Amino acid sequence: MYKYDEYDHSIVAARVEEFRDQVNRRLAGQITEDQFKPLRLMNGLYLQLHAYMLRVAVPYGTLDSRQMHMLAHIARKYDRGYGHFTTRQNLQYNWIKLEDAPDILAELATVEMHAIQTSGNCIRNISSDQFAGAAADELTDPRPWAELLRQWSTFHPEFSYLPRKFKICVIAAEEDRAAMRLHDIGIQIVEKDGQLGAAIYVGGGMGRTPMIAPLIKDFVPFDDFVSYLEACLRVYNRYGRRDNMYKARIKILIHELGADKYAAEVEEEFAAVKALGIDPPRAEFDRIAAHFAPPAYDADAPDTLDRSDPDFAVWLDQNVSAHKQPGYAVVTISLKPIGGIPGDATADQIDLMADLAKAHSFDELRVTHAQNIVLPHVRKADLYALWQQLRDAGLAEANLDLISDIIACPGLDYCSLANARSIPLAQKIATRFSDIGRQRELGELKLKISGCINACGHHHAGHIGILGVDRKGVENYQLLLGGSGAEDVSLGTITGPGFSEDGIVDAIEKATNVYLAQREDGERFLDTYRRLGMAPFKEAIYG
Amino acid sequence: MKLLTGNDLASGDVTWWTGAGWSRHVEDAVDVGDQGEAIAHAEEGARRVNGPYVIDATLTPEGPRPAHIKDRIRALGPTVRPDLTLKPADPNAGSWVI
Repeated sequence: MYKYDEYDHSIVAARVEEFRDQVNRRLAGQITEDQFKPLRLMNGLYLQLHAYMLRVAVPYGTLDSRQMHMLAHIARKYDRGYGHFTTRQNLQYNWIKLEDAPDILAELATVEMHAIQTSGNCIRNISSDQFAGAAADELTDPRPWAELLRQWSTFHPEFSYLPRKFKICVIAAEEDRAAMRLHDIGIQIVEKDGQLGAAIYVGGGMGRTPMIAPLIKDFVPFDDFVSYLEACLRVYNRYGRRDNMYKARIKILIHELGADKYAAEVEEEFAAVKALGIDPPRAEFDRIAAHFAPPAYDADAPDTLDRSDPDFAVWLDQNVSAHKQPGYAVVTISLKPIGGIPGDATADQIDLMADLAKAHSFDELRVTHAQNIVLPHVRKADLYALWQQLRDAGLAEANLDLISDIIACPGLDYCSLANARSIPLAQKIATRFSDIGRQRELGELKLKISGCINACGHHHAGHIGILGVDRKGVENYQLLLGGSGAEDVSLGTITGPGFSEDGIVDAIEKATNVYLAQREDGERFLDTYRRLGMAPFKEAIYG
Repeated sequence: MKLLTGNDLASGDVTWWTGAGWSRHVEDAVDVGDQGEAIAHAEEGARRVNGPYVIDATLTPEGPRPAHIKDRIRALGPTVRPDLTLKPADPNAGSWVI
């Protein structure tokens, strides 16, 4: 994985000291909160319901055991013994003190981590496929492309004060495991005439006005990649609305301007940008890509598995995925124990996952947008021992992509923007469907909960989505069906009037009963919904 | 009744105006009447509180109870982690929020 060079080290260290000075000036009363707020946000520090919250960037979701141990250390020393993995492949601490924040950032810098651009109207952490470099179905590893964009976008002077925040995702497989088309810019690395390049989708997003990004350009060769993205951002920076924050995202610009007109503007801008010569030479890309070279696999690693332990066999079927290298597998560690808090992990669990990565996965881990952790390169021969250690630590829930593998934002339990709690709902739903046999009978069913319209819980993209709203001070929950963040991307549709906390759990059960009664061979919940439409589900839910 | 609440600047802790200072405990909060904005302005200027704002509340036998669930959660702590609330040993604390 990527290692900082001298320049990376120096800019991160300088940023820590700059922020330390800003914090000291704030505490001394030399700057007001209005002046300080945009500075702390640019360093990932929010003020939430109970305390300051620090969002730590995990570039494209990749980290090593040293970094993971540091996350555990910070959880113990500065927080309350746990961290929360987010839908942006980052990690958040919920109980940070302002006076500790500079020291935390200094500790993160020692392991090549930071919180820069995890908030603010700038280009945020680049997200990617959590199976990158390991997936059997990928064209190439998308992370060198993502790292190139990380370097391009970090402290980019022209894009530090965009009309609104900006999220970029890079994938390189036909299966979209990263909700690529629900980003401001979604990039799929593709091949044309033997050359790798990028298909560029612009203007996706969730939030108040969900949009699926249209294809703007089907192939941008590597030699034009950075210039083209620079042009995309420049056109947004020029025309994006700054008068109304609810209409400031690029998806609104694309919608109002039209994808064709936007693409034409980008082409014109690209012609000007290209002349600036900002595209890196191929040698620089090769230097970056060398950091992501495949690990030293054992070519003789056995490709067989002993499935005699039935609990292990269920976990294998559910949480272990195909690897490109024979004898190896991709393991997803579920952070969704039944009745637990989606995405939360204790410091001890974080340490254990770090140790397991060191021992079994060439020292690599990934954070997924579904709030789970991946060990990307595990020898099949090691899977049983690995599973036993995970089981003993409460980390072997065999529910990947099942109904209890719920994405949930922090909701009103932690977030100052939320209108309703998300986590208790996730706990109730998971508990209602706790039987693993019942979950597997229901099959792939992605359930996503947001506690407000900002959609951090990706409710628009859930096969079943839930949106918490405030009805005169009382929590109320809207139900959506039919969304998907995958390659068959779609936006969910609201079923009708909202529900109480208990009522929506019943409504979900009724929806799943319609699926079980009416599905055809091989259909997932989403497929049955798409074939039948809303009517039978609505009748069962409200009838 | 009206309460004045905010966060401690250095620690981020939720705090409540007691008439003489700031407390972590909503039970100590007093009715600020129509003086909330003035107190907030003075206290924020002195850096004894961050982001103060006035909320509606009712006075109950147990003390002031914020009208909105968001402020009740702020007052107690996350409903999903009773161990991290201000009353970890009180099994009924969560019902005060809901």
